[in-house]
Amino acid sequence: MNETQARVLVVDDEPAIRRFLRVSLAAHGYVIFEADSGQAALSAVVADRPDLIILDLGLPDLDGIHVTRLLREWTRLPIIILSVRGQEADKIAALDAGADDYLTKPFGIGELLARMRAALRRAGQAGGQPLFTCGDLQVDLTRRAVTVSGQAAQLTPTEYDLLRVLVTHAGQVLTHRQLLREVWGVGYEQELHMLRVNISNLRRKIEPDSTRPRYILTEPGVGYRLRDDG
Amino acid sequence: MEQRPDPDQLLALIQAEAQQQTRGKLKIFLGYAAGVGKTFAMLEAAHQRQAEGVDLVVAYVETHGRVETEAMLRSLEVIPRKQVEYRGILLPEMDVDAALARRPQLALVDELAHTNAPGSRHLKRYQDVEELLANGIDVYTTLNVQHLESLNDVVAQITGVTVRETLPDRVIDETTELELIDLPPAELLRRLEEGKVYVPDQAARAIRQFFRPGNLTALRELTMRRAAERVDDQMRAYMQSHAIPGPWPAKETLLVCVDPGFLSERLVRAARRLAQEADAEWVALYVETRRHVRLTPAAQERVARALRLAEELGGKAVTLPGHAVAPTVLDYARSHNVTRIVVGKVVRPRWQERLWGSVVERIIRASGPIAVYVISGTAEGRERYPSEAARQPSRRAWLRYAQSALLVAAGAGLSALVHPLFAPTNLAMIFLLVVVIAAVALGRGPSLLAAVLSVLVFDFFFVPPQLTLAVSDTEYLLTFIALLAVGLIISNLTAQVREQAEAAQRREIRTIELYALSRDLAAAANLDEIVQHILVHAGQTFGREVAVLMPDAARRTVALYAASPGLTLDENELAVAAWVFQHGQPAGRGTDTLPAATARYLPLKTARGVVGVLGVTPTDPASRLSPDQRHLLEVFASQSALAIERAQLAEQAQRAKMLQATERLQTALLNSISHDLRTPLVSITGALSSLQEEEIALDTEARRSLVENAREEAERLNRLVGNLLDMTRIEAGALKLTRELCDVQDVIGAALESLGERLRSRPLTVESPPDLLAPLDFVLIVQVLVNLLDNALKYSPPGTPIEVLARVEGGDVIIQVADRGIGIPPDDLERVFDKFFRVQRPGQVGGTGLGLSICKGIVEAHAGRIWVQNRAGGGTVVAVALPLHLAGEGAP
Repeated sequence: MNETQARVLVVDDEPAIRRFLRVSLAAHGYVIFEADSGQAALSAVVADRPDLIILDLGLPDLDGIHVTRLLREWTRLPIIILSVRGQEADKIAALDAGADDYLTKPFGIGELLARMRAALRRAGQAGGQPLFTCGDLQVDLTRRAVTVSGQAAQLTPTEYDLLRVLVTHAGQVLTHRQLLREVWGVGYEQELHMLRVNISNLRRKIEPDSTRPRYILTEPGVGYRLRDDG
Repeated sequence: MEQRPDPDQLLALIQAEAQQQTRGKLKIFLGYAAGVGKTFAMLEAAHQRQAEGVDLVVAYVETHGRVETEAMLRSLEVIPRKQVEYRGILLPEMDVDAALARRPQLALVDELAHTNAPGSRHLKRYQDVEELLANGIDVYTTLNVQHLESLNDVVAQITGVTVRETLPDRVIDETTELELIDLPPAELLRRLEEGKVYVPDQAARAIRQFFRPGNLTALRELTMRRAAERVDDQMRAYMQSHAIPGPWPAKETLLVCVDPGFLSERLVRAARRLAQEADAEWVALYVETRRHVRLTPAAQERVARALRLAEELGGKAVTLPGHAVAPTVLDYARSHNVTRIVVGKVVRPRWQERLWGSVVERIIRASGPIAVYVISGTAEGRERYPSEAARQPSRRAWLRYAQSALLVAAGAGLSALVHPLFAPTNLAMIFLLVVVIAAVALGRGPSLLAAVLSVLVFDFFFVPPQLTLAVSDTEYLLTFIALLAVGLIISNLTAQVREQAEAAQRREIRTIELYALSRDLAAAANLDEIVQHILVHAGQTFGREVAVLMPDAARRTVALYAASPGLTLDENELAVAAWVFQHGQPAGRGTDTLPAATARYLPLKTARGVVGVLGVTPTDPASRLSPDQRHLLEVFASQSALAIERAQLAEQAQRAKMLQATERLQTALLNSISHDLRTPLVSITGALSSLQEEEIALDTEARRSLVENAREEAERLNRLVGNLLDMTRIEAGALKLTRELCDVQDVIGAALESLGERLRSRPLTVESPPDLLAPLDFVLIVQVLVNLLDNALKYSPPGTPIEVLARVEGGDVIIQVADRGIGIPPDDLERVFDKFFRVQRPGQVGGTGLGLSICKGIVEAHAGRIWVQNRAGGGTVVAVALPLHLAGEGAP
């Protein structure tokens, strides 16, 4: 699918924000549809068949979390959440409900475009690529091999699993809960310290400077994201 | 010099007048005996007022079946009487509530001195009338002069009839108008003979005794004098208000000594008359010597009554502890500029006076320039100080006398054993020992008995000739006398010491109880604690159930605030408490007002008003408070009142302070919004409008610069709004921590990441131990670090290094952000955390003065600390200490 013809549904009750997105995104070749409420969004998804949804959390009727949940019952359509600072709990709830990414208002259009590209790419390549490269970091999922600047990194099985989950969702934010469930399994969602320690260890092995991570980025209060420059 | 009214006096007059305006006016029709026509005159006046259009009702008028009076009543509205049942008899009484509900302008109430039937609201009718007046209703009433308290004795002396229904003199003094109803005695007697004067059958003879021409003439004179005194008062008030110069000497002060004798009430009344004649202030003084505790309850009650009477008559009542009466009285008199002293003197046989002297004589001897008035009484004063024996419960008493006799018998037995070895004179020592033991262990009476018995037994068994009371050798007479005298003196001295010790112990207990109360009250942090202390202490000290009632918001009535467990107050009790609150006077059980209530209610009164009501009710209905206890209870109440008022004032001050702080914050907020919010908007609007203008040819570089500027300003605006929101959240206490174990390194990394490009130009050192986990709110602590790093960037020159250091110290993780910037003036090191505080310096860097105070709010919510220091070699270090372990349940 060609990015520049992608159909995007913008769901926000603020006309000013819809207008800004319409103008900016159309200039980048996207086809824009708009909805100003949760219900309108649900019908627009059926009617306009968008490739991606930009969804505001605070809607007048159904909130964004609810809309995400309803959509995820039948579609894998990428959803990017828009929220304001202080809505961390809602953000996490929406991500756990299946949203792909989030942006905190106010945001720059460049950042939004990057997130949209990443989300669309992931949706396009279903199973993910077996070889991930970002800067000096290279992960070969078929061989379970991780190299940093060509040097093999010695990872424990848990660290590798963690990295694998991040790689398969590269560029996408993963909540603590999602990571714990994917790596350790159901029932470990509250064991945050295990995640923290393993992330810390992983960073020491793959980051050039673990105090200023370049690859594994922390999303404060939400989770982690693997940088995806490709 | 111009004669101007003294402002203080004027103020007092204005206050009195203002009170009069809201209070009803009282008019008394004063007569010297029944039958002079008071009721008739009152009704006549009422008719006149009715003709003038005044809305009036008859609240209570007794016609005694007289036809003319009944005719006068016919055209007036009469409020039906209330029938109060007492021991099966229905007694007609005035219906106060009906009169209050009717709210007339004027109410007629006959016989002001009447005593109400038991179970009525007040003991006396004048109290009912005062309630009408307090509700703004004018009252006409009638009164015979013999009912006046201060004339009570005089009338009794003139007529030989003691009048039981008395009225405090202040009622007359507060009367707006006094009308004298006069009828010559001859005329009155003629009316009596014609049967026009109401005479109850059973008292006919006594009444006829009363209606003798001599009596009537004397009473008439008394009445006229009293009325004239009142006119004098009014004249004086008039002259004062119009600044008419007159002989206004410096106020005199008169002191009357109250003692437990029967004379005391008469003394108080006499003192009041003297004080009025001299236009003097007066004080009733009671000196509480160690004898006080030995007094019978009746005598103690007499003291209390005399002091109360003094207060009722407008004097001041004072109780002073003292070793002896005369010096205490004179000390008080000298220190209070007393010019006259009134003392009572009980006539005693001359030899007694010679022997013991008298208080009166001692006062006169040392009085110096103070005039002493002596009022003498009859011998009834002899039973003033009842003996020790009378005070002791009789059953215990005989037991102790028996023990004393047994002691003597034991002494005799011992003497018999050693008799062969010692001379009889030395055996006297054994008996002396017995007397001392009796005095120490058994008290005064038994030891006296022991002394006498010892002499007899010694004489009978051990002095030859034995087994007779006869004495062969006259030398033994000296032994007897010495034995008896030493015994008596020792028993007296020992008993005195014992009594003193007991008195001291009682005072001690009282002091300890008061001290304990005041200590706890002082330590109490808030109203609830204070009230709990009152409940506990009053309950313990008086062995009673206690309730504290507090006024509602409108201060109209009171509601139960707290009570001893198990104590409930029904509606009637609450009504009594409400009355106490409104009138500021005690009522209920054991008082003159609403005595049928189950609890005694005391107003919790301070100089600023009544703050609440204290109710005490005995668990055992038969128990009564002694005068001592009652006094202590009053002190308790006033201490409690002060404590409650203190708590309330503190609360008010706290509220005012908070309000002030909020106002300051709002002002600062407004200033901040008007300036800091607008500045970025100016740049953004300016940039956008320049770009919009198509005529202006902008090169690419200029356009880029404009857009860059607008974007930076927009970011600044966003930070500002974020800060304001955070501050509001912290201020409102809406800051909720989501604590989870966080990797400190991760926290620092996230903060550095969020500053992004701005940090790239700086040499940055980060030192943080790996795998340091701490229970933090990740987002908020990241924000703290972002704020600190942002400050470091703003206040240090470009290119200078910034350091972030984390370490564990004690139970805390300490994170420091250090720069090589301009530092902070030492005076401002504390204040930088205040809201909107900004260090004043030239070349101001933009900011709101909120960053550090938000950091402080967040860190303190984590139970941590934040502080700032200047670095050696220049620059600033801000350190944050956060606890590694949560302190019990204290943390969320």
